[in-house]
Amino acid sequence: MVKQTKTMNLNFGPQHPAAHGVLRLILELDGEVVEKADPHIGLLHRGTEKLIEHKTYMQAVPYFDRLDYVAPMNQEHAFALAIEKLLNIDVPIRGQYIRVLFCEIGRILSHLLNITTQALDVGALTPSLWGFEERETLMTFYERVSGSRLHANYFRPGGVHQDLPRGLSEDIMQFCHTFPKVINDLETLLTDNRIFKQRNVDIGIVTKEEALEHSFSGVMLRGSGVAWDLRKSQPYECYQDFNFNIPIGKNGDCYDRYLCRIEEMRQSVEIIKNCIDKMPSGPVKNIDGKITPPAKKDLKKSMEAVIHHFKLFSEGFRVPEGEIYAAVEAPKGEFGVYLISDGSHKPYKCKIRAPGFSHLQAMDYLIKGHMLADVPAVIGSLDLVFGEIDR
Amino acid sequence: MSTTVNDLERTVNSGLTTTVKKSQINFNQLFIDVDIENLISVILFLKTNDKCRFKQLIDITAVDYPEKKKRFKMVYLLLSHENNLRIIININIDEKTTVPSITKIFPSANWMEREVFDMYGISFKDHPDLRRILTDYGFDGYPLRKDFPLTGHLEVRYSEEKKKVISEPVKLDQEYRDFDFESPWEGTKYVKEEIQKKETKEK
Repeated sequence: MVKQTKTMNLNFGPQHPAAHGVLRLILELDGEVVEKADPHIGLLHRGTEKLIEHKTYMQAVPYFDRLDYVAPMNQEHAFALAIEKLLNIDVPIRGQYIRVLFCEIGRILSHLLNITTQALDVGALTPSLWGFEERETLMTFYERVSGSRLHANYFRPGGVHQDLPRGLSEDIMQFCHTFPKVINDLETLLTDNRIFKQRNVDIGIVTKEEALEHSFSGVMLRGSGVAWDLRKSQPYECYQDFNFNIPIGKNGDCYDRYLCRIEEMRQSVEIIKNCIDKMPSGPVKNIDGKITPPAKKDLKKSMEAVIHHFKLFSEGFRVPEGEIYAAVEAPKGEFGVYLISDGSHKPYKCKIRAPGFSHLQAMDYLIKGHMLADVPAVIGSLDLVFGEIDR
Repeated sequence: MSTTVNDLERTVNSGLTTTVKKSQINFNQLFIDVDIENLISVILFLKTNDKCRFKQLIDITAVDYPEKKKRFKMVYLLLSHENNLRIIININIDEKTTVPSITKIFPSANWMEREVFDMYGISFKDHPDLRRILTDYGFDGYPLRKDFPLTGHLEVRYSEEKKKVISEPVKLDQEYRDFDFESPWEGTKYVKEEIQKKETKEK
Protein backbone atom coordinates (compact mmCIF):
# COMPACT_ATOMS: atom_id res chain seq x y z
CA MET A 1 0.00 0.00 0.00
CA VAL A 2 1.29 3.44 -0.90
CA LYS A 3 1.52 5.80 2.00
CA GLN A 4 -0.77 8.75 1.46
CA THR A 5 0.79 12.12 2.22
CA LYS A 6 -1.03 15.35 2.35
CA THR A 7 0.68 18.66 1.70
CA MET A 8 -0.10 21.63 3.84
CA ASN A 9 -0.34 25.23 2.71
CA LEU A 10 1.30 27.76 4.96
CA ASN A 11 0.94 31.47 4.69
CA PHE A 12 4.30 33.07 5.49
CA GLY A 13 3.89 36.81 6.02
CA PRO A 14 2.96 39.49 4.97
CA GLN A 15 3.79 40.51 8.53
CA HIS A 16 6.55 38.17 9.46
CA PRO A 17 9.72 39.53 11.06
CA ALA A 18 11.92 37.33 8.90
CA ALA A 19 10.20 38.33 5.67
CA HIS A 20 12.20 41.57 5.57
CA GLY A 21 9.21 43.65 4.70
CA VAL A 22 5.83 42.87 3.30
CA LEU A 23 6.38 39.56 1.59
CA ARG A 24 3.57 37.10 1.46
CA LEU A 25 4.90 33.67 0.74
CA ILE A 26 2.53 30.79 0.19
CA LEU A 27 4.39 27.63 1.02
CA GLU A 28 3.31 24.15 0.16
CA LEU A 29 4.73 21.86 2.81
CA ASP A 30 5.14 18.15 2.97
CA GLY A 31 5.84 17.71 6.64
CA GLU A 32 8.67 20.16 7.13
CA VAL A 33 9.94 20.06 3.58
CA VAL A 34 8.97 22.87 1.25
CA GLU A 35 7.53 21.60 -2.01
CA LYS A 36 6.56 24.88 -3.59
CA ALA A 37 6.87 28.55 -2.76
CA ASP A 38 4.69 31.17 -4.37
CA PRO A 39 5.70 34.71 -3.40
CA HIS A 40 2.95 37.30 -3.58
CA ILE A 41 4.45 40.73 -3.97
CA GLY A 42 3.07 44.17 -4.59
CA LEU A 43 1.94 44.92 -1.05
CA LEU A 44 4.21 47.95 -1.06
CA HIS A 45 3.42 48.98 -4.64
CA ARG A 46 3.22 52.75 -4.80
CA GLY A 47 3.17 53.25 -8.56
CA THR A 48 6.58 54.92 -8.69
CA GLU A 49 6.90 54.55 -12.44
CA LYS A 50 3.51 56.14 -13.05
CA LEU A 51 4.26 59.00 -10.67
CA ILE A 52 7.59 59.69 -12.36
CA GLU A 53 5.83 60.10 -15.70
CA HIS A 54 3.94 63.00 -14.14
CA LYS A 55 6.89 64.78 -12.55
CA THR A 56 9.74 66.80 -13.97
CA TYR A 57 13.12 65.15 -14.02
CA MET A 58 14.28 66.91 -10.89
CA GLN A 59 11.07 66.16 -9.01
CA ALA A 60 11.43 62.48 -9.86
CA VAL A 61 14.76 62.04 -8.07
CA PRO A 62 13.32 61.61 -4.54
CA TYR A 63 11.24 58.66 -5.68
CA PHE A 64 14.46 56.76 -6.16
CA ASP A 65 15.36 57.13 -2.50
CA ARG A 66 12.19 55.31 -1.66
CA LEU A 67 12.97 52.26 -3.76
CA ASP A 68 15.80 50.56 -1.97
CA TYR A 69 15.59 52.69 1.14
CA VAL A 70 18.60 50.96 2.65
CA ALA A 71 21.02 52.49 0.16
CA PRO A 72 19.14 55.46 -1.28
CA MET A 73 21.87 57.28 -3.16
CA ASN A 74 22.83 54.30 -5.30
CA GLN A 75 19.37 54.38 -6.83
CA GLU A 76 19.45 58.10 -7.56
CA HIS A 77 22.74 57.48 -9.26
CA ALA A 78 21.27 55.29 -11.99
CA PHE A 79 18.59 57.86 -12.76
CA ALA A 80 21.08 60.73 -12.81
CA LEU A 81 23.39 58.79 -15.12
CA ALA A 82 20.54 58.08 -17.55
CA ILE A 83 19.55 61.75 -17.72
CA GLU A 84 23.13 62.91 -18.08
CA LYS A 85 23.70 60.59 -21.00
CA LEU A 86 20.56 61.81 -22.75
CA LEU A 87 21.49 65.42 -22.10
CA ASN A 88 25.06 64.69 -23.13
CA ILE A 89 26.56 66.58 -20.21
CA ASP A 90 29.49 65.81 -17.97
CA VAL A 91 29.78 65.78 -14.22
CA PRO A 92 32.80 67.69 -12.89
CA ILE A 93 35.47 65.43 -11.47
CA ARG A 94 34.87 66.48 -7.87
CA GLY A 95 31.19 65.71 -8.27
CA GLN A 96 32.09 62.25 -9.56
CA TYR A 97 34.35 61.56 -6.60
CA ILE A 98 31.68 62.64 -4.14
CA ARG A 99 29.23 60.34 -5.89
CA VAL A 100 31.57 57.39 -5.66
CA LEU A 101 32.22 58.20 -2.01
CA PHE A 102 28.53 58.12 -1.14
CA CYS A 103 27.77 55.13 -3.32
CA GLU A 104 30.29 53.14 -1.34
CA ILE A 105 28.83 54.40 1.92
CA GLY A 106 25.50 53.17 0.61
CA ARG A 107 27.00 49.79 -0.14
CA ILE A 108 28.27 49.47 3.43
CA LEU A 109 24.88 50.60 4.75
CA SER A 110 23.10 47.94 2.76
CA HIS A 111 25.51 45.10 3.45
CA LEU A 112 25.58 45.90 7.16
CA LEU A 113 21.83 45.69 7.34
CA ASN A 114 21.73 42.52 5.31
CA ILE A 115 24.45 40.61 7.15
CA THR A 116 23.18 41.53 10.58
CA THR A 117 19.52 40.82 9.88
CA GLN A 118 20.40 37.56 8.22
CA ALA A 119 22.25 36.65 11.41
CA LEU A 120 19.19 37.71 13.35
CA ASP A 121 17.00 35.44 11.25
CA VAL A 122 19.14 32.44 12.05
CA GLY A 123 19.29 33.24 15.72
CA ALA A 124 22.15 35.65 16.44
CA LEU A 125 21.10 38.88 18.11
CA THR A 126 24.39 40.64 18.83
CA PRO A 127 25.57 41.38 15.25
CA SER A 128 22.54 43.53 14.59
CA LEU A 129 23.16 45.60 17.70
CA TRP A 130 26.75 46.22 16.67
CA GLY A 131 25.97 46.73 13.02
CA PHE A 132 23.17 49.22 13.57
CA GLU A 133 25.44 51.45 15.60
CA GLU A 134 27.74 51.79 12.57
CA ARG A 135 24.79 52.34 10.28
CA GLU A 136 23.75 55.21 12.48
CA THR A 137 27.18 56.82 12.06
CA LEU A 138 26.96 56.40 8.32
CA MET A 139 23.52 57.90 8.21
CA THR A 140 24.75 60.98 10.03
CA PHE A 141 27.16 61.41 7.11
CA TYR A 142 24.15 61.27 4.84
CA GLU A 143 22.44 63.81 7.01
CA ARG A 144 25.36 66.18 7.08
CA VAL A 145 25.70 66.21 3.34
CA SER A 146 22.06 66.21 2.26
CA GLY A 147 19.99 67.15 5.29
CA SER A 148 18.28 63.83 5.80
CA ARG A 149 19.33 60.47 7.08
CA LEU A 150 17.48 58.34 4.59
CA HIS A 151 15.78 60.09 1.73
CA ALA A 152 18.75 62.09 0.62
CA ASN A 153 17.78 63.53 -2.78
CA TYR A 154 21.44 64.35 -3.15
CA PHE A 155 22.55 63.07 -6.57
CA ARG A 156 21.02 65.46 -9.06
CA PRO A 157 21.28 65.34 -12.82
CA GLY A 158 24.58 67.10 -13.55
CA GLY A 159 26.32 66.42 -10.27
CA VAL A 160 25.46 66.47 -6.60
CA HIS A 161 23.30 68.95 -4.77
CA GLN A 162 26.01 70.69 -2.78
CA ASP A 163 29.62 70.40 -1.75
CA LEU A 164 30.74 68.46 1.31
CA PRO A 165 30.39 70.51 4.49
CA ARG A 166 33.58 71.40 6.32
CA GLY A 167 35.07 68.58 8.37
CA LEU A 168 33.01 65.81 6.82
CA SER A 169 35.86 64.18 4.88
CA GLU A 170 37.96 64.01 8.06
CA ASP A 171 35.11 62.35 9.93
CA ILE A 172 34.51 59.84 7.17
CA MET A 173 38.24 59.10 7.16
CA GLN A 174 38.10 58.57 10.91
CA PHE A 175 35.23 56.15 10.38
CA CYS A 176 37.30 54.27 7.78
CA HIS A 177 39.99 53.71 10.37
CA THR A 178 37.69 52.34 13.03
CA PHE A 179 35.20 50.45 10.87
CA PRO A 180 37.45 47.55 9.74
CA LYS A 181 37.67 46.53 13.38
CA VAL A 182 33.89 46.31 13.51
CA ILE A 183 33.93 44.06 10.44
CA ASN A 184 36.48 41.86 12.20
CA ASP A 185 34.31 41.76 15.30
CA LEU A 186 31.29 40.78 13.23
CA GLU A 187 33.35 38.05 11.64
CA THR A 188 34.44 36.66 14.99
CA LEU A 189 30.77 36.39 15.87
CA LEU A 190 29.63 34.80 12.63
CA THR A 191 32.20 33.45 10.20
CA ASP A 192 33.30 30.45 12.21
CA ASN A 193 30.21 30.24 14.34
CA ARG A 194 28.95 26.68 14.29
CA ILE A 195 25.27 27.55 14.37
CA PHE A 196 25.62 30.22 11.69
CA LYS A 197 27.45 27.79 9.44
CA GLN A 198 24.96 25.01 10.03
CA ARG A 199 22.19 27.31 9.01
CA ASN A 200 23.86 28.73 5.92
CA VAL A 201 26.40 26.36 4.38
CA ASP A 202 24.90 24.39 1.47
CA ILE A 203 21.61 26.20 1.76
CA GLY A 204 20.11 27.79 -1.33
CA ILE A 205 22.82 26.72 -3.75
CA VAL A 206 22.85 28.45 -7.13
CA THR A 207 25.05 27.21 -9.92
CA LYS A 208 26.73 29.55 -12.40
CA GLU A 209 24.40 28.69 -15.28
CA GLU A 210 21.29 28.96 -13.17
CA ALA A 211 22.37 32.32 -11.76
CA LEU A 212 22.55 33.64 -15.32
CA GLU A 213 19.28 32.01 -16.37
CA HIS A 214 17.45 33.56 -13.44
CA SER A 215 18.78 37.07 -14.20
CA PHE A 216 20.74 37.26 -10.96
CA SER A 217 23.13 40.13 -10.46
CA GLY A 218 25.36 41.53 -7.78
CA VAL A 219 26.33 39.28 -4.90
CA MET A 220 23.83 36.63 -5.96
CA LEU A 221 25.80 36.22 -9.18
CA ARG A 222 29.27 36.66 -7.72
CA GLY A 223 28.51 34.22 -4.92
CA SER A 224 28.14 31.57 -7.61
CA GLY A 225 31.52 32.33 -9.10
CA VAL A 226 30.70 34.67 -11.96
CA ALA A 227 33.21 37.50 -12.02
CA TRP A 228 30.90 40.32 -12.93
CA ASP A 229 30.69 43.73 -11.34
CA LEU A 230 29.52 46.74 -13.31
CA ARG A 231 32.01 48.93 -11.46
CA LYS A 232 34.78 46.91 -13.12
CA SER A 233 33.26 45.63 -16.33
CA GLN A 234 31.36 48.71 -17.49
CA PRO A 235 32.95 51.43 -15.36
CA TYR A 236 30.67 54.40 -14.86
CA GLU A 237 31.55 57.67 -13.15
CA CYS A 238 35.22 57.44 -12.14
CA TYR A 239 35.41 53.86 -10.86
CA GLN A 240 38.26 53.16 -13.28
CA ASP A 241 40.47 55.43 -11.13
CA PHE A 242 40.18 53.15 -8.14
CA ASN A 243 41.93 49.97 -7.34
CA PHE A 244 39.71 47.43 -5.67
CA ASN A 245 39.02 43.72 -5.78
CA ILE A 246 35.82 41.87 -6.46
CA PRO A 247 35.25 38.92 -4.14
CA ILE A 248 33.89 35.81 -5.83
CA GLY A 249 32.14 32.89 -4.15
CA LYS A 250 32.82 29.28 -4.88
CA ASN A 251 29.80 27.23 -3.88
CA GLY A 252 26.98 29.67 -4.49
CA ASP A 253 25.31 29.00 -1.14
CA CYS A 254 24.06 31.43 1.49
CA TYR A 255 27.35 31.26 3.37
CA ASP A 256 29.43 32.24 0.33
CA ARG A 257 27.17 35.16 -0.31
CA TYR A 258 27.65 36.26 3.29
CA LEU A 259 31.44 36.07 2.85
CA CYS A 260 31.23 38.08 -0.38
CA ARG A 261 29.33 40.82 1.38
CA ILE A 262 31.83 40.97 4.25
CA GLU A 263 34.70 41.32 1.80
CA GLU A 264 32.84 43.88 -0.29
CA MET A 265 32.50 46.07 2.77
CA ARG A 266 36.27 45.96 3.25
CA GLN A 267 36.79 46.88 -0.38
CA SER A 268 34.30 49.73 -0.05
CA VAL A 269 36.25 51.10 2.90
CA GLU A 270 39.38 51.07 0.73
CA ILE A 271 37.57 52.91 -2.07
CA ILE A 272 36.28 55.51 0.37
CA LYS A 273 39.78 56.08 1.79
CA ASN A 274 41.20 56.34 -1.70
CA CYS A 275 38.43 58.68 -2.69
CA ILE A 276 39.05 61.10 0.17
CA ASP A 277 42.81 61.02 -0.40
CA LYS A 278 42.47 61.81 -4.06
CA MET A 279 39.49 64.17 -3.76
CA PRO A 280 40.05 66.87 -6.39
CA SER A 281 38.86 70.43 -5.98
CA GLY A 282 36.47 72.26 -8.25
CA PRO A 283 32.74 72.48 -8.84
CA VAL A 284 30.49 69.63 -7.71
CA LYS A 285 27.89 70.01 -10.42
CA ASN A 286 27.67 70.93 -14.04
CA ILE A 287 27.88 74.69 -14.42
CA ASP A 288 25.30 74.87 -17.21
CA GLY A 289 22.60 77.05 -15.64
CA LYS A 290 19.97 75.40 -17.80
CA ILE A 291 20.43 72.08 -15.99
CA THR A 292 21.60 72.77 -12.46
CA PRO A 293 20.23 75.47 -10.18
CA PRO A 294 22.35 78.56 -9.54
CA ALA A 295 24.16 79.22 -6.28
CA LYS A 296 22.14 80.98 -3.60
CA LYS A 297 24.46 83.96 -3.52
CA ASP A 298 24.04 84.57 -7.26
CA LEU A 299 20.30 84.91 -6.83
CA LYS A 300 20.79 88.27 -5.11
CA LYS A 301 22.89 89.74 -7.89
CA SER A 302 22.34 88.06 -11.20
CA MET A 303 19.11 88.43 -13.18
CA GLU A 304 20.06 85.45 -15.30
CA ALA A 305 20.43 83.29 -12.20
CA VAL A 306 16.95 84.29 -11.07
CA ILE A 307 15.50 83.36 -14.45
CA HIS A 308 17.30 80.04 -14.46
CA HIS A 309 16.15 79.36 -10.92
CA PHE A 310 12.55 80.12 -11.79
CA LYS A 311 12.56 78.08 -14.97
CA LEU A 312 14.25 75.09 -13.33
CA PHE A 313 11.86 74.90 -10.42
CA SER A 314 8.70 75.47 -12.47
CA GLU A 315 9.12 73.93 -15.89
CA GLY A 316 12.34 72.05 -15.19
CA PHE A 317 14.82 71.28 -17.89
CA ARG A 318 13.99 69.56 -21.13
CA VAL A 319 15.73 66.41 -22.15
CA PRO A 320 16.31 65.71 -25.84
CA GLU A 321 14.33 62.89 -27.41
CA GLY A 322 15.82 59.45 -27.04
CA GLU A 323 15.88 56.27 -25.08
CA ILE A 324 18.56 54.82 -22.90
CA TYR A 325 19.27 52.11 -20.40
CA ALA A 326 21.69 53.07 -17.65
CA ALA A 327 22.71 50.68 -14.90
CA VAL A 328 24.77 50.86 -11.76
CA GLU A 329 26.12 48.23 -9.43
CA ALA A 330 23.84 48.85 -6.48
CA PRO A 331 24.59 46.90 -3.29
CA LYS A 332 21.92 44.37 -4.22
CA GLY A 333 22.86 43.95 -7.85
CA GLU A 334 22.32 45.62 -11.16
CA PHE A 335 19.96 48.51 -10.69
CA GLY A 336 18.93 49.95 -14.02
CA VAL A 337 16.78 52.73 -15.37
CA TYR A 338 15.29 52.49 -18.83
CA LEU A 339 14.35 56.02 -19.71
CA ILE A 340 12.45 57.34 -22.71
CA SER A 341 12.27 61.06 -23.28
CA ASP A 342 9.93 62.66 -25.78
CA GLY A 343 11.80 65.95 -25.65
CA SER A 344 9.63 67.50 -22.95
CA HIS A 345 10.40 68.28 -19.32
CA LYS A 346 8.88 65.04 -18.01
CA PRO A 347 10.03 61.50 -18.68
CA TYR A 348 7.75 59.72 -21.14
CA LYS A 349 8.55 56.38 -19.63
CA CYS A 350 10.84 55.32 -16.83
CA LYS A 351 11.20 51.62 -16.19
CA ILE A 352 13.07 50.69 -13.07
CA ARG A 353 14.97 47.45 -13.14
CA ALA A 354 15.29 46.31 -9.57
CA PRO A 355 17.72 43.49 -8.81
CA GLY A 356 15.59 42.08 -5.99
CA PHE A 357 12.70 41.42 -8.38
CA SER A 358 14.59 38.70 -10.23
CA HIS A 359 16.12 37.37 -7.03
CA LEU A 360 12.79 36.89 -5.32
CA GLN A 361 11.37 35.33 -8.46
CA ALA A 362 13.84 32.47 -8.06
CA MET A 363 12.55 31.78 -4.55
CA ASP A 364 10.60 28.72 -5.65
CA TYR A 365 13.65 27.24 -7.34
CA LEU A 366 15.95 28.06 -4.40
CA ILE A 367 13.80 26.71 -1.61
CA LYS A 368 12.38 23.57 -3.19
CA GLY A 369 13.39 20.58 -1.10
CA HIS A 370 14.67 22.63 1.81
CA MET A 371 13.21 22.66 5.29
CA LEU A 372 10.80 25.29 6.49
CA ALA A 373 13.48 26.68 8.81
CA ASP A 374 15.70 27.40 5.81
CA VAL A 375 13.18 29.82 4.35
CA PRO A 376 14.34 32.77 6.50
CA ALA A 377 17.99 31.95 5.78
CA VAL A 378 17.39 32.02 2.03
CA ILE A 379 15.27 35.16 2.18
CA GLY A 380 18.00 36.79 4.26
CA SER A 381 20.71 35.97 1.80
CA LEU A 382 18.65 37.15 -1.19
CA ASP A 383 18.93 40.62 0.33
CA LEU A 384 15.37 41.70 -0.31
CA VAL A 385 14.03 45.17 0.21
CA PHE A 386 10.44 45.56 -0.79
CA GLY A 387 10.72 49.19 -1.69
CA GLU A 388 12.53 48.25 -4.87
CA ILE A 389 10.76 45.00 -5.63
CA ASP A 390 7.26 46.45 -5.46
CA ARG A 391 8.24 49.91 -6.72
CA MET B 1 39.74 40.41 -28.70
CA SER B 2 36.58 41.88 -27.36
CA THR B 3 33.64 42.52 -29.59
CA THR B 4 32.45 46.09 -29.96
CA VAL B 5 28.96 47.32 -30.52
CA ASN B 6 29.73 47.79 -34.20
CA ASP B 7 30.86 44.19 -34.53
CA LEU B 8 27.70 43.13 -32.81
CA GLU B 9 25.57 45.16 -35.19
CA ARG B 10 27.29 43.47 -38.10
CA THR B 11 26.84 39.99 -36.60
CA VAL B 12 23.21 40.61 -35.83
CA ASN B 13 22.47 41.99 -39.27
CA SER B 14 24.25 39.21 -41.12
CA GLY B 15 22.91 36.47 -38.87
CA LEU B 16 19.31 37.60 -38.84
CA THR B 17 19.30 39.32 -42.25
CA THR B 18 15.86 40.69 -43.04
CA THR B 19 14.36 39.82 -39.65
CA VAL B 20 15.96 42.95 -38.27
CA LYS B 21 13.91 45.83 -39.60
CA LYS B 22 16.11 48.53 -38.21
CA SER B 23 19.27 48.65 -36.17
CA GLN B 24 20.98 51.64 -34.66
CA ILE B 25 23.57 52.42 -32.05
CA ASN B 26 22.75 55.04 -29.45
CA PHE B 27 24.97 55.75 -26.48
CA ASN B 28 27.01 52.67 -27.21
CA GLN B 29 23.95 50.41 -26.98
CA LEU B 30 22.50 48.50 -29.89
CA PHE B 31 18.78 48.92 -30.53
CA ILE B 32 17.06 46.60 -33.00
CA ASP B 33 13.51 46.54 -34.28
CA VAL B 34 11.97 43.18 -35.13
CA ASP B 35 8.55 41.78 -35.96
CA ILE B 36 6.46 39.99 -33.39
CA GLU B 37 6.49 36.74 -35.40
CA ASN B 38 10.27 36.57 -35.22
CA LEU B 39 10.64 37.34 -31.53
CA ILE B 40 11.41 33.80 -30.39
CA SER B 41 13.88 33.09 -33.17
CA VAL B 42 15.68 36.41 -32.66
CA ILE B 43 16.05 35.86 -28.92
CA LEU B 44 17.20 32.28 -29.44
CA PHE B 45 19.75 33.46 -31.98
CA LEU B 46 21.06 36.13 -29.63
CA LYS B 47 21.31 33.66 -26.78
CA THR B 48 23.01 30.83 -28.64
CA ASN B 49 25.11 32.49 -31.35
CA ASP B 50 28.80 32.29 -30.51
CA LYS B 51 29.44 35.92 -31.26
CA CYS B 52 26.46 37.19 -29.28
CA ARG B 53 25.99 35.01 -26.19
CA PHE B 54 23.33 37.12 -24.58
CA LYS B 55 22.92 34.74 -21.67
CA GLN B 56 21.00 37.05 -19.39
CA LEU B 57 17.67 38.72 -19.69
CA ILE B 58 17.79 42.02 -17.87
CA ASP B 59 14.25 43.21 -18.22
CA ILE B 60 11.07 43.19 -20.25
CA THR B 61 8.86 46.22 -20.39
CA ALA B 62 6.40 47.98 -22.64
CA VAL B 63 5.76 51.56 -23.64
CA ASP B 64 2.35 52.98 -24.42
CA TYR B 65 1.81 55.33 -27.35
CA PRO B 66 -1.99 55.74 -27.38
CA GLU B 67 -2.01 57.88 -30.53
CA LYS B 68 -0.25 55.28 -32.65
CA LYS B 69 -1.99 52.49 -34.52
CA LYS B 70 0.41 49.96 -33.11
CA ARG B 71 -0.11 51.17 -29.62
CA PHE B 72 2.47 49.32 -27.56
CA LYS B 73 6.16 48.92 -27.93
CA MET B 74 7.59 45.85 -26.23
CA VAL B 75 11.14 46.26 -25.02
CA TYR B 76 13.51 43.39 -24.25
CA LEU B 77 16.86 44.17 -22.66
CA LEU B 78 19.57 41.54 -22.86
CA LEU B 79 23.09 41.42 -21.50
CA SER B 80 26.08 39.41 -22.62
CA HIS B 81 28.59 38.94 -19.83
CA GLU B 82 31.19 37.38 -22.07
CA ASN B 83 31.23 40.17 -24.63
CA ASN B 84 30.27 42.88 -22.14
CA LEU B 85 27.51 44.16 -24.41
CA ARG B 86 23.89 45.09 -24.11
CA ILE B 87 21.17 44.86 -26.73
CA ILE B 88 17.69 46.31 -26.70
CA ILE B 89 14.98 44.72 -28.81
CA ASN B 90 11.94 46.76 -29.74
CA ILE B 91 8.71 45.34 -31.11
CA ASN B 92 5.69 47.39 -32.07
CA ILE B 93 2.36 45.69 -31.48
CA ASP B 94 -1.27 46.74 -31.38
CA GLU B 95 -3.61 46.35 -28.46
CA LYS B 96 -5.02 42.98 -29.44
CA THR B 97 -1.78 41.18 -30.24
CA THR B 98 -0.75 38.28 -28.05
CA VAL B 99 2.98 38.18 -27.53
CA PRO B 100 4.73 34.80 -27.49
CA SER B 101 6.16 34.17 -24.06
CA ILE B 102 9.91 33.65 -23.77
CA THR B 103 9.77 31.85 -20.43
CA LYS B 104 11.03 28.68 -22.13
CA ILE B 105 14.24 30.49 -23.14
CA PHE B 106 14.70 32.58 -20.01
CA PRO B 107 12.88 31.36 -16.87
CA SER B 108 13.25 34.82 -15.36
CA ALA B 109 10.91 36.20 -18.02
CA ASN B 110 8.04 34.78 -15.97
CA TRP B 111 7.56 37.66 -13.55
CA MET B 112 8.66 40.30 -16.03
CA GLU B 113 5.91 39.22 -18.42
CA ARG B 114 3.46 39.09 -15.56
CA GLU B 115 4.37 42.66 -14.74
CA VAL B 116 3.84 43.80 -18.32
CA PHE B 117 0.49 42.02 -18.31
CA ASP B 118 -0.41 43.66 -15.02
CA MET B 119 0.63 47.16 -16.01
CA TYR B 120 -0.35 47.27 -19.68
CA GLY B 121 -2.79 44.42 -20.23
CA ILE B 122 -0.67 42.79 -22.91
CA SER B 123 -1.25 39.06 -22.84
CA PHE B 124 1.33 36.38 -23.47
CA LYS B 125 0.93 33.10 -25.28
CA ASP B 126 2.17 29.93 -23.53
CA HIS B 127 2.91 31.72 -20.29
CA PRO B 128 2.78 29.19 -17.42
CA ASP B 129 1.15 31.45 -14.85
CA LEU B 130 -0.20 34.74 -16.17
CA ARG B 131 -1.59 36.47 -13.09
CA ARG B 132 -1.42 40.02 -11.87
CA ILE B 133 1.66 40.64 -9.82
CA LEU B 134 2.10 44.12 -8.37
CA THR B 135 -1.41 45.46 -8.10
CA ASP B 136 -3.89 44.57 -5.39
CA TYR B 137 -5.99 41.43 -5.40
CA GLY B 138 -9.07 42.14 -7.50
CA PHE B 139 -7.62 45.24 -9.11
CA ASP B 140 -9.22 46.45 -12.32
CA GLY B 141 -7.54 48.36 -15.15
CA TYR B 142 -3.98 48.70 -16.41
CA PRO B 143 -2.20 51.42 -14.45
CA LEU B 144 0.74 52.25 -16.70
CA ARG B 145 -1.39 52.89 -19.77
CA LYS B 146 -1.37 56.57 -20.57
CA ASP B 147 -5.17 56.79 -20.36
CA PHE B 148 -5.22 55.49 -16.77
CA PRO B 149 -5.54 58.44 -14.39
CA LEU B 150 -2.69 59.07 -11.96
CA THR B 151 -5.07 59.06 -9.01
CA GLY B 152 -6.63 55.74 -10.01
CA HIS B 153 -10.31 54.86 -9.73
CA LEU B 154 -10.76 53.30 -6.30
CA GLU B 155 -9.46 54.03 -2.85
CA VAL B 156 -9.57 51.68 0.12
CA ARG B 157 -10.35 52.34 3.74
CA TYR B 158 -11.42 50.46 6.80
CA SER B 159 -15.12 50.78 7.37
CA GLU B 160 -16.09 50.89 11.03
CA GLU B 161 -19.70 49.91 10.29
CA LYS B 162 -18.95 46.94 8.08
CA LYS B 163 -15.87 45.97 10.11
CA LYS B 164 -13.82 45.34 6.98
CA VAL B 165 -11.70 47.06 4.38
CA ILE B 166 -13.85 48.48 1.61
CA SER B 167 -13.03 50.19 -1.67
CA GLU B 168 -14.93 53.17 -2.95
CA PRO B 169 -14.47 55.69 -5.81
CA VAL B 170 -11.63 58.15 -5.28
CA LYS B 171 -12.72 61.41 -3.68
CA LEU B 172 -10.27 64.28 -3.93
CA ASP B 173 -10.66 67.44 -1.87
CA GLN B 174 -8.91 69.25 -4.65
CA GLU B 175 -8.96 68.22 -8.31
CA TYR B 176 -5.66 66.79 -9.46
CA ARG B 177 -3.79 69.51 -11.30
CA ASP B 178 -1.32 68.69 -14.03
CA PHE B 179 0.51 71.93 -14.70
CA ASP B 180 1.48 72.60 -18.27
CA PHE B 181 4.66 74.58 -18.29
CA GLU B 182 5.26 74.21 -21.99
CA SER B 183 5.97 77.70 -23.13
CA PRO B 184 3.87 78.72 -26.13
CA TRP B 185 6.79 80.70 -27.50
CA GLU B 186 9.91 78.61 -27.46
CA GLY B 187 11.60 75.90 -25.48
CA THR B 188 15.00 75.94 -23.88
CA LYS B 189 17.74 75.96 -26.43
CA TYR B 190 20.73 73.83 -25.64
CA VAL B 191 23.91 75.36 -26.92
CA LYS B 192 25.66 72.01 -27.07
CA GLU B 193 22.87 70.49 -29.12
CA GLU B 194 23.00 73.25 -31.68
CA ILE B 195 26.72 72.99 -32.07
CA GLN B 196 26.31 69.28 -32.69
CA LYS B 197 23.59 69.88 -35.25
CA LYS B 198 25.85 72.30 -37.06
CA GLU B 199 28.68 69.83 -36.97
CA THR B 200 26.60 67.03 -38.44
CA LYS B 201 25.34 69.37 -41.16
CA GLU B 202 28.89 70.37 -42.06
CA LYS B 203 29.86 66.73 -42.33
